[in-house]
Amino acid sequence: MKVLVAVKRVIDYNVKVRVKPDNTGVDLANVKMAMNPFCEIAVEEAVRLKEKGVASEIVVVSIGPKASQEQIRTALALGADRGIHIETDEEVQSLEAAKLLKAVVEKEEPKLVILGKQSIDSDNNQTGQMLAALTGMGQGTFASEVVVDGDKVNVTREVDGGLMTVALNLPAVVTTDLRLNEPRYASLPNIMKAKKKPLDSMSPADLGVDVAARLSTLKVEAPAARQAGIKVADVAELVDKLKNEAKVI
Amino acid sequence: MSILVIAEHDNSSLKQATLNVVAAAKAIGGDIDVLVAGENVGAVAEAAAKAEGVNKVLVADNAAYGHFLAENLSELVAEVGKGYSHILTSAGTTGKDFMPRVAALLDVAQVSDIIRVESEDTFVRPIYAGNAIATVKASDSIKVVTVRPTAFDPVAAEGGSASVEQLDVVKDAGLSSFVGEEKAQSDRPDLASAGIVISGGRGMQNGDNFKMLEQVADLLGAAVGASRAAVDAGFVPNDMQVGQTGKIVAPQLYVAVGISGAIQHLAGMSDSKVIVAINKDEEAPIFQVADYGLVADLFEAVPQLEEELKKVL
Repeated sequence: MKVLVAVKRVIDYNVKVRVKPDNTGVDLANVKMAMNPFCEIAVEEAVRLKEKGVASEIVVVSIGPKASQEQIRTALALGADRGIHIETDEEVQSLEAAKLLKAVVEKEEPKLVILGKQSIDSDNNQTGQMLAALTGMGQGTFASEVVVDGDKVNVTREVDGGLMTVALNLPAVVTTDLRLNEPRYASLPNIMKAKKKPLDSMSPADLGVDVAARLSTLKVEAPAARQAGIKVADVAELVDKLKNEAKVI
Repeated sequence: MSILVIAEHDNSSLKQATLNVVAAAKAIGGDIDVLVAGENVGAVAEAAAKAEGVNKVLVADNAAYGHFLAENLSELVAEVGKGYSHILTSAGTTGKDFMPRVAALLDVAQVSDIIRVESEDTFVRPIYAGNAIATVKASDSIKVVTVRPTAFDPVAAEGGSASVEQLDVVKDAGLSSFVGEEKAQSDRPDLASAGIVISGGRGMQNGDNFKMLEQVADLLGAAVGASRAAVDAGFVPNDMQVGQTGKIVAPQLYVAVGISGAIQHLAGMSDSKVIVAINKDEEAPIFQVADYGLVADLFEAVPQLEEELKKVL
């Protein structure tokens, strides 16, 4: 079966984020960019399904500026077969991203679509669920285990207070959580091979999708800093402070 | 304006987060109705009707909603919610699951995980793991919003007298079914709503050592959490994770043990009222946010803490 994986180019998670002085956003100039960590887990899961003989082809799609092709090449180096780049310099929000992905789903007809549960820039946690709604598919969000069984997929989900398993009809959408797998690193020979794998490029207009934003960001600020308190000498002083000064125990 | 709040519950009791979301709805202003969707939810509906500020409770009681499957719940909420100006729910794993689906069915954007209401269409929410705070304005006719419960003080659980109305809308999308669940076994309070949280990090060295924290937690009536580093190292399950990629907590007292204070962890707990850090590395960033810092070996300090607490509690 064919698996579609969506990946997003975001600021590298090790980079200290700085808010621009004019409060219009976060400073992305000369900042290291990388594949969103949850998307790496999505690619890895697809590759494992292929290694198990469950998936036959992995198509990776990314929406974003020209440079997003770097993240597509990374996914190809990890084991995806071909890439689709929907090129735009506009900010694409979750609903519009879901509409673009829906257009790709209609063209490619994958049995399974795997996405990260959220991107670490906008932290929305929406696109997978919206794609599932727009395509009329079931969804297994925050997955920690994915088992394809005939025309169904069983997804174990990380929910408040434990785990929950659902069975979904295929085709279905899965969004990944941290514990689904540990992504591998791309080997140098595979990075070289990935350069020759096919990569199609298209625009949102080619797919007939209007990507105008519905949410406008009025300002972006740095969070209020918390002041460091005092150091206590020992446990007895700590307990005394908590009881008699802070009065929280 | 009219606001529909989707209740968070477990079919038998109303989760406190619902009261926090009603508080967010009050900040927006307007009539507040609460939708209770589930199976055998009579007691939940009664509790919701008593909450302060609720106008009407709508009840959709059917096996199709018993496990809160997003495919079914979203169709119900989209249909019931289309007559409202706002649809709100808690940003717990259930709300995060079904709400974007509701937004897509209504062809509107969703505003996720708000921490403040500026006006009826303008909300404040953290981005970049809490390293930046964005103020966003929604232009759609229906505002679909998830609310970070810890950012709003709950409305009173008693005192209201809303009417209760049964809905006979049954939506079964036929796309998904419930297979099973594994509840984390614990007599301790829920991490997200506990008044005191004690968390361990990589410094705990292994999962067995978390028993030390559990003993202290039981003295204090606290929940036990963990940093992502402790989860990634396999010490404890992910549902204990405090941080931007885990649970966001804001208890009266947060005790961080053997946690260095990575940005993503701080994003999940820095709204706590009082923060205590116990770490042997005095340069650890956690001390920059701690009200009380103790530079010590946790394997000595935690047993001492247990003894000292026994004396005063």
